[in-house]
Amino acid sequence: MKADALARLAEAQAKRQALVVVTRLADGAQCLVDAAGRTGELQLATGAVAEAAALLLSGRSASLTSEPGCFARAYVPSPRLLIVGAVHIAQTLAPMAATAGYEVIVIDPRGAFASPDRFPGVQLSDEWPDEALARLGLDAATALVALSHDPKLDDPALELALPSTLFYIGALGSRRTHEKRLERLHAAGLGELTGRIHSPIGLDLGGRAPAEIAVSILAEIIQVRHRGAAA
Amino acid sequence: MHADDDTLFANLRGWRAAGKPAALATVVSTWGSSPRPEGSHLAVDGDGHFIGSVSGGCIEGAVIEAALQVMQSRQPRLLEFGVSDEQAWQVGLACGGRVQVFVEAVE
Repeated sequence: MKADALARLAEAQAKRQALVVVTRLADGAQCLVDAAGRTGELQLATGAVAEAAALLLSGRSASLTSEPGCFARAYVPSPRLLIVGAVHIAQTLAPMAATAGYEVIVIDPRGAFASPDRFPGVQLSDEWPDEALARLGLDAATALVALSHDPKLDDPALELALPSTLFYIGALGSRRTHEKRLERLHAAGLGELTGRIHSPIGLDLGGRAPAEIAVSILAEIIQVRHRGAAA
Repeated sequence: MHADDDTLFANLRGWRAAGKPAALATVVSTWGSSPRPEGSHLAVDGDGHFIGSVSGGCIEGAVIEAALQVMQSRQPRLLEFGVSDEQAWQVGLACGGRVQVFVEAVE
């Protein structure tokens, strides 16, 4: 792999862009395929570039059928988890999700909650959730969980999350809390989308401790990411 | 990029920035029940430090050895491991699968 390919991979990583590296296995010659097209020493027929571009979208790595002996490695942005509410469950969910390969951001404007002491090594935002979400952008590789139990924090996040392409939206709270939440979201004109919210949040593992609930939430996020919301 | 890839490539860039030779191994085809999917990476530096995986741990030793050779020769290699191969049986893909691993130097 050439130094410029390594640099381009770093750039794609920083900008959350997808990138495909095509390698001819016979001699190691490579080219890069991204949304703008093909660059690099390895020349490919139009059909092979189209095949690599399809892998760019799907995020799948595979040998090219239209160019035997060439392997296409797709690099896609890491999944992200946005946690609204720097609460007890968040303290265990954040490092667990990071271990599972998620870029984790904890959002809470209450400094006493979102403090580096409580979240060592975790990316924290002290913005209001609506500001943070507008800045971070909500894409199909991102999940959001509203854990604050405070409608002033959870509701603005959910109002932005529901119409977005987020692959998972979860909200913590009892059945009664969730019913009230649904009433408010209906009043805000988002009634048709509220089915997207996973509540009660998490797979039903039976645990009640914060760390056990964190496992059930992360398990549900992983299941939805790989099996879809109907799983 | 996936966070695992992010970490692996950050290591690779760090090794190269420090002037260390480095190689990248990639699973490019699999048959049967192989533990890591196509595209899985293992990165190695000139001292044999490695990050990532191309199997459940059974062929890593042989891949690292090949990677050290590739750093010297600058010629990429395509390795194959499987139960049908006597040498690979010693290396041992216990799962009974077969994998091809491409190993290239990182400039």
